[in-house]
Amino acid sequence: MMYDWLYNLTGSDILAMFIVSLLPLFVFILPFALLAVLAERKVSAHMQDRLGPMRVGYHGILQTVADIIKLLQKEDLVPHATDKTLFNFAPLLVFMGSYAAFAAIPFSGFFIGSKIDLGIIFIVGITGLVVAGILMAGWASNNKYSLLGAMRSAAQIISYEIPTLLIILTVIMLTGTLSLYDLSELQTAYFWNWLILGGPAVGLQKILLIPLMIMGCLIIYTSTLAEVNRTPFDIPEAESELVSGYHTEYSGMKFAMFFLAEYANMFAVSAIVAIIFFGGYQSPFGYLGNTLGWTWLVPIEQFFWFTAKGLFFVFVQMWLRWTLPRFRVDQLMAFCWKYLIPFSFVILLLVGLITLI
Amino acid sequence: MRDYIYNFWQGLFTILIGMKVTFKHLFVPAVTIQYPSVKPQLPERERNRLYVNMDDCIGCDQCARACPVNCIEIETVKSIPGEDLGTTSNGKKKALWVTTFNIDFAKCCYCQLCVFPCPTECIYMTDVYEFSEFKRESLVYDFVTILPEEREQKKKNFEEMQAKKEAEKAAAAKKAAEEKAAAQANKPAEPKPDNKEENKQ
Repeated sequence: MMYDWLYNLTGSDILAMFIVSLLPLFVFILPFALLAVLAERKVSAHMQDRLGPMRVGYHGILQTVADIIKLLQKEDLVPHATDKTLFNFAPLLVFMGSYAAFAAIPFSGFFIGSKIDLGIIFIVGITGLVVAGILMAGWASNNKYSLLGAMRSAAQIISYEIPTLLIILTVIMLTGTLSLYDLSELQTAYFWNWLILGGPAVGLQKILLIPLMIMGCLIIYTSTLAEVNRTPFDIPEAESELVSGYHTEYSGMKFAMFFLAEYANMFAVSAIVAIIFFGGYQSPFGYLGNTLGWTWLVPIEQFFWFTAKGLFFVFVQMWLRWTLPRFRVDQLMAFCWKYLIPFSFVILLLVGLITLI
Repeated sequence: MRDYIYNFWQGLFTILIGMKVTFKHLFVPAVTIQYPSVKPQLPERERNRLYVNMDDCIGCDQCARACPVNCIEIETVKSIPGEDLGTTSNGKKKALWVTTFNIDFAKCCYCQLCVFPCPTECIYMTDVYEFSEFKRESLVYDFVTILPEEREQKKKNFEEMQAKKEAEKAAAAKKAAEEKAAAQANKPAEPKPDNKEENKQ
């Protein structure tokens, strides 16, 4: 494990813990956010037959770096009538919520921030901080659009937590573990052991599980998409209705914090879908490192597969963003309560029956 | 219940169709033109900034009269007899010095009406359309090719010539009057034909 390795290397548990806890941020989230913002702009541009940023660097690859430098230089504006404490604390809380989720995400078999047994429940619980942060931001801004956006966001996240949790419950029922590490290890070897294809079960059980798992995957993907407030579900920051929702009053680095949190969240939910249904860090065809006898290569390969899966789902999120128009508030609620929740209950029941076989 | 399942299926299926469309467009070449570095192809008869080829201009003032917004200002001075102004490209002999030829592009409406009357085709549209300025006065373009001192010189030349002519005329008139007076003095008794006509009426 990363922590033990660093402990042996540095000889200080505080330093080792410090490095392990900061590693996802500096090695992963910040580069990912830079890349994802650019990818988002490029993908959206090319889907609309445009070119996107082209000026900074080759085909605009340094555009986000330039943007970050711009945001860093900006004056830190705090509107007069805001609640200063909450206003300044809200972006931190939102970012804390989405960053803390990375603690339990297994990037590879070797590198998990914390190998806790309640991994998945921890992630679902800690991302609840994001709702608090968003509500805080909306309320402290003292702006009707911000408040409306924050209220919508809270309503949406809380509603869509239900189908997410029901599907997670189904998977927990099937596999009997809450730890994301164990869940990933369970789907090892080849891709037909992934839970989307029925997991390591064999025979009739596997065949019966496949359609249910595909449905479950779609439901959890949709509901987590709603939880990160992205386009078909972006009513909390609907530009055409609410200026920009809860972060209307923010500028400079505080705005960048919200932005970073959004992209971190995008990857976190994609990672959850990848871990639960697509084998997490497991390779679909076995490892080159095992074949060649280079054991040090395996974690690197696992990291590669994990990022590849995560990035693929992030890409699908962007793809959906430029395909689907925004929901109305009533449609949003109807979709959750009338379609997703009944379907996830049916899946829960059916999977429960199948496990009895 | 059937409707419910059908709705769910329909929603899912149409999303996939939409995703197929957007995915195809991901690989369609972009229609963007990278403007300042790549210029768009202009239409054949585009109307942009005017240009006046002063070598061909004969100072006939027709463009200024055709202009609906009066943005062309032309002043000309006649040449003095000894000067050779050369000919235009279609063989017309130039007789006027053009001392002012200003086009105010802030006023110009790019209607191209000045282009057609020109007898020597010296005023025409170019393909330049990026000529923004910080001051409105900078948009007044002076097309005259001769130097300001030369312009003054030409005016002075003409005035001098005019004055000389006037003087000559005055002298001639004086001479004529003197001759006439002398003639009248010689033949005072001659009857006037004008008086007869007046009488008739």
